[in-house]
Amino acid sequence: MYEPILSKPKSFFETYKEKTGDQTITHYCPGCGHGIVHKYVASALDELNLTDRAIFVSPVGCSVFGYYYFNTGNLQAAHGRAPAVATGSKRVNPDSIVISYQGDGDLAAIGTAEIIHAANRGELITVIFINNAIYGMTGGQMAPTTLVGQKTTTTPRGRDPHNEGYPVKMCELISQLNAPIYVERVALNNAANRAKAKRAIKKALKLQSERKGFTFVEVLSQCPTGWKVDAPDALKWIEEKMIPYYPVKVFKDTSNEAEPYPEAKEIISGEKVFEILGIKRDEKKEETIKYEIPEKYKNPRIKIAGFGGQGVLLLGVALAQVGMMEGYNVTWIPSYGPEMRGGTANCSVNISDSLIGSPVVEKPTILVAMNKPSMEKFEKDMVSGGILFYNTAMIDTEPQRDDIIKVPVPATKIASDLGNIRVGNMVMLGAIIEKTKLLPLETVKSGFEYFISRKNLIPLNEKAVEAGMNYIKENNL
Amino acid sequence: MDRGKMVVNSDECKGCGLCISQCPVGCIEFDNETINKQGYHPAKYKGSGCTACGICFNVCPEPGAITVYKLVKA
Ligand SMILES: Cc1ncc(C[n+]2csc(CCOP(=O)(O)OP(=O)(O)O)c2C)c(N)n1
Ligand code: SF4
Ligand code: SF4
Repeated sequence: MYEPILSKPKSFFETYKEKTGDQTITHYCPGCGHGIVHKYVASALDELNLTDRAIFVSPVGCSVFGYYYFNTGNLQAAHGRAPAVATGSKRVNPDSIVISYQGDGDLAAIGTAEIIHAANRGELITVIFINNAIYGMTGGQMAPTTLVGQKTTTTPRGRDPHNEGYPVKMCELISQLNAPIYVERVALNNAANRAKAKRAIKKALKLQSERKGFTFVEVLSQCPTGWKVDAPDALKWIEEKMIPYYPVKVFKDTSNEAEPYPEAKEIISGEKVFEILGIKRDEKKEETIKYEIPEKYKNPRIKIAGFGGQGVLLLGVALAQVGMMEGYNVTWIPSYGPEMRGGTANCSVNISDSLIGSPVVEKPTILVAMNKPSMEKFEKDMVSGGILFYNTAMIDTEPQRDDIIKVPVPATKIASDLGNIRVGNMVMLGAIIEKTKLLPLETVKSGFEYFISRKNLIPLNEKAVEAGMNYIKENNL
Repeated sequence: MDRGKMVVNSDECKGCGLCISQCPVGCIEFDNETINKQGYHPAKYKGSGCTACGICFNVCPEPGAITVYKLVKA
């Protein structure tokens, strides 16, 4: 009778429901080392019974979708930031087992600072570092770990140390620090080394569960696609090319002497943080507020959007500045594409009588659309009953919603009649304050000196604000 | 009876050939008769020779492609 002794580890999902396409296989290339190491991590979690406590932090790189596979807690970090995300995750969940899984571009290029300092702080996390000597995901560019002479798409004549430096040896660097307790380099090239790799990963996770300290396992792993060889030959390449430069061994193991970290102190709750900082969450700013915003428009969440160059960011600054001068809490945060002109830009503004949690406005109560794409993009996000100001000089369609207040203002046209097409934003400002009584004109006027840098333009801006107000009055909007 | 046997779940196999190249007794081969749903010739057990060493399982990158069985006395 035969009994299964090795089969798919339980720490993997049975099917990969987050994944597009076939949900029974990984997204990795045939023969890729990532899948092998995933298996070792999952087996170790199974054997140590840690699955339910584990948090897997996926990096940016081919393993960006690690969370498709592991039936654990999952986080996905920005490029190189996995050790920082892992740090935070571990510190607020001290009983969790946190794995920062990273490629060599992620860990040894863009994320160099994060890994060095997480290691140096001795964070209670396990780092699994996949050294495949290349950037796999982006199509085979040089990594910091690319070998001297190795051809990649960005080193077509082979890596030249005088131009690109020497390959970085991360285990050697990390093991120089005091805090790490276990640093080992392993390889996937043959059965004996794979067995060591499996053991090393399990050991690192076990040490973390014993609260012993920072653990780091580097795996020399094949990228058959990036190396342009078939998978069996890729194992030979690890053996012949990588291991001579990257010795496979334990670099540091002080785990026997290491005292377990003290049990984590009481976790400080969010409420407690406010208490310590002396912030009263529900406290209204009543004492400082000078101007009372009409009930209907209180605590507005404002989104202002248009082309770069239409002054949408400045309009936001103006509202925030004047709101602040009236004693409110305010935030202003811009968001714009890489283009300086012609691209789209938007900003979010909050004016509030209490604490503002996030500066980002996802569901605006007031939307200012200076061009058509902006209206198309943000109108649908508005709260029901919100108010939309749209620049009819540049928008030839009607808003779609009928549960919002619509205020058409030909701002660019009015500005052009005033002799400067670029003060359309201030025309809108006038329209807003006239229609909503959000802020008083007098304070807007005294605010100009803060947000108009060219003082000789202040009179024109003032005129534009007044023209916007007049437009609302004259058209009974 | 052999000490072990291995089974390939052919639809999860990407035909990378790692198990075939690493099996110390050479008891795995490509199934050139079959094209699986991903378009690969999957690996398959030759039918005898397996020692249940587990090397194929530990080199296969696909979580569920290989299962290794061991002979136990009934
Ligand atoms: C901030 C940022 N910069 C650059 C990129 C482009 N990028 C994506 S993956 C990658 C490198 C991946 O290489 P590695 O970490 O070695 O992982 P592999 O794909 O080889 O597993 C780069 C540069 C990005 N996504 N984000
Ligand atoms: S490109 Fe390389 S590292 Fe990325 S999945 Fe393919 S083989 Fe793996
Ligand atoms: S190692 Fe796995 S994926 Fe590769 S041929 Fe063998 S069974 Fe298929």
